[in-house]
Amino acid sequence: MVQTTTKNGIIVAKTGNEIMAEAMRQIAPDVVAAYPITPATEIVQIFSQFVADGLVPTEFVAVESEHSAMSACIGSSAAGARTMTGTSSQGLALMHEMLYIAAGLRLPIVVALVNRALSSPINIHGDHSDTMGSRDAGWIQIYSENSQEAYDNLIQAIRIAEKAKIPAMVTTDGFIISHCMEVVEKIPDEDVKKFIGEYKPERPLLDYKKPFSVGAIDLQDYYFEHRYQLIDAMEKAKPIVLEVAEDFKKEFNREYGFYEKYKMDDADIAIVVIGSAAGTAKVAVDDIRKKGVKAGLIKLRVFRPFPHKELAQELSNLKAVAVLDRCDSNSGAPAPLYLEVTSALYTHCKSECPKVINYVYGLGGRDIDLHHIAYVYDMLGKIKTGTQIKKVVNYVNLR
Amino acid sequence: MANLKQLSQKEELFTGGHRLCAGCGAGIVARQTLLATDTPVVVANATGCLEVASTIFPYTAWKVPWIHSAFENAGATCSGVEAAYKSLKRQGKIKDEIRFIAFGGDGGTYDIGLQSLSGAMERRHRMLYICYNNEAYMNTGIQRSGATPRGAHTTTAPAGKVKQGKEQFRKDLTAIMVAHNLPFAAQASIGYWNDYITKVQKALNTDGPTFINVIQPCRLGWGYKPEDTIQVGKLAVETCIWPVYEVVNGKYKINMKPKEKKPVTEFFKLQARFKHLLKPENKEIVDSIQAEVDRKWENLLKLETL
Repeated sequence: MVQTTTKNGIIVAKTGNEIMAEAMRQIAPDVVAAYPITPATEIVQIFSQFVADGLVPTEFVAVESEHSAMSACIGSSAAGARTMTGTSSQGLALMHEMLYIAAGLRLPIVVALVNRALSSPINIHGDHSDTMGSRDAGWIQIYSENSQEAYDNLIQAIRIAEKAKIPAMVTTDGFIISHCMEVVEKIPDEDVKKFIGEYKPERPLLDYKKPFSVGAIDLQDYYFEHRYQLIDAMEKAKPIVLEVAEDFKKEFNREYGFYEKYKMDDADIAIVVIGSAAGTAKVAVDDIRKKGVKAGLIKLRVFRPFPHKELAQELSNLKAVAVLDRCDSNSGAPAPLYLEVTSALYTHCKSECPKVINYVYGLGGRDIDLHHIAYVYDMLGKIKTGTQIKKVVNYVNLR
Repeated sequence: MANLKQLSQKEELFTGGHRLCAGCGAGIVARQTLLATDTPVVVANATGCLEVASTIFPYTAWKVPWIHSAFENAGATCSGVEAAYKSLKRQGKIKDEIRFIAFGGDGGTYDIGLQSLSGAMERRHRMLYICYNNEAYMNTGIQRSGATPRGAHTTTAPAGKVKQGKEQFRKDLTAIMVAHNLPFAAQASIGYWNDYITKVQKALNTDGPTFINVIQPCRLGWGYKPEDTIQVGKLAVETCIWPVYEVVNGKYKINMKPKEKKPVTEFFKLQARFKHLLKPENKEIVDSIQAEVDRKWENLLKLETL
């Protein structure tokens, strides 16, 4: 018998996509504009059935491309409607131009995103190249380890985005979460509604009696200040993420923050990882701890805003850290998460920094299993005892 | 029919003080469009001359709600605004009637924005899409577009020693829009304010997606004197280079039939972009353009009888 964390919790068996669609039904946005793309298609497909069955008041706009999906979301959100979409991979890449505009216009659009590799070669399976490619677009990015987190994160994202006035994307790993059926605890509809509250846009375009121009041209005299407002808003989104998580815990008894710490209290080596691989890594930590190794794990949940200082504090006393990236930066430098983590450590470490090594894994959905992660912890053990890091970037399960 | 006296008493919703060129037709399009409205409107604008010159922050020439997001997506952006309106109206959160107008230049409509426009029209959003067509990418400095006519000099299809401007004929965007089975699609010219305003009014009163392709002479890109904008706009119609017509639920009606069709060279003579065509060695090009104008005009006359 599965125990619920709250007395009204409803236990269901759902795939990641099904539960994200279910969260969207409960959120009941005014407008959803979307375009199909594997492996995210189901989210909006299931949702459009909710629309067809009259379960939501949503206007569903079945656009002709992801570029138009985000463009329509921008129009809708600026008009004053609570607006959502879903996409993945090439779809997010096609939206790229519009992501910056959504953020610059400070529109709290929320995207249910399924992580998938980017072409070429074409591949439909999960890695983080797509969202890492838009990491500087000015969007809040929240990653999920499993369907439960995807559900909880999507509901929280509405409140975070609307309070911070920054768009947000909540992600799951393609197929690994999107198509995997798991036990999820749902929140009753009325409680979701209460938690997210009614959307009250500050200055909707449809308020024609108070006309104003959205998306005017800024030249040298204003652009910098307006972009700074976005930079500042991203910084200010940090306490908002924590506030919303605290409220969520109070209401539904499930705990969230910038990251989850797993057996970190006495750890001297640790892995930092994002998404579904964290589940596997936790099992690896349990296994290795049986051998007396003080292994820990940090699963990053919120990549944007990046908890620079907080993460550095968690890691600074360790001897060795491995950063696992499901993405490469193709830049001649290490992968994105490694760059953020080492930057955080270099900036905030008071004394000696831990040694940090980068492992790129799982591109195009390549498996990562327990023995791969055990190998990483073995390496960390060696680095801890003095083995030099010869190669900063290493590749897991690459032939 | 629009009534000039009544129009003159209406509030200007597109104000002066914008930074469009002297003699620019885009400002005339925007002003006349908003003068034609009787219901509140929200405007979506593609990136282009009209957008950059009318909203240099912290100023705006628009006294109606206005949104610009990017270049290729006025259709999609306007779709989103209209979808929000439909949703909020259905939910009782908005009571009033509001209409939606999207403006895109020819580059933002014929070329980069064609997919977005096609999608918006196919989805039957109630919006009026107006292509203010100046036949090239004027905002970036007169580059050729899918709307640029054959023979015109532009900076990316210039007249030179071996080439004489754009080699291809323009695409027939209005026909493409008619093929979307719109309840109202039209061509207009800023040379004829009454015809244009009447069309905007008809379009806004149509429950469905509507489209107007309005020829808008550009004094800089076309190379004529600023005070000649209206005359050039009229000549486009009098030569049948740009027939003004409307298609209501598939039925064609030509709004103006010149008593005497002027030769295309009458249109060319006023404009620097066609100067090279008037050289004797380019007569073949002029003849080919005249033949195409004649063929299309005859075809339009036939369409009207269907």
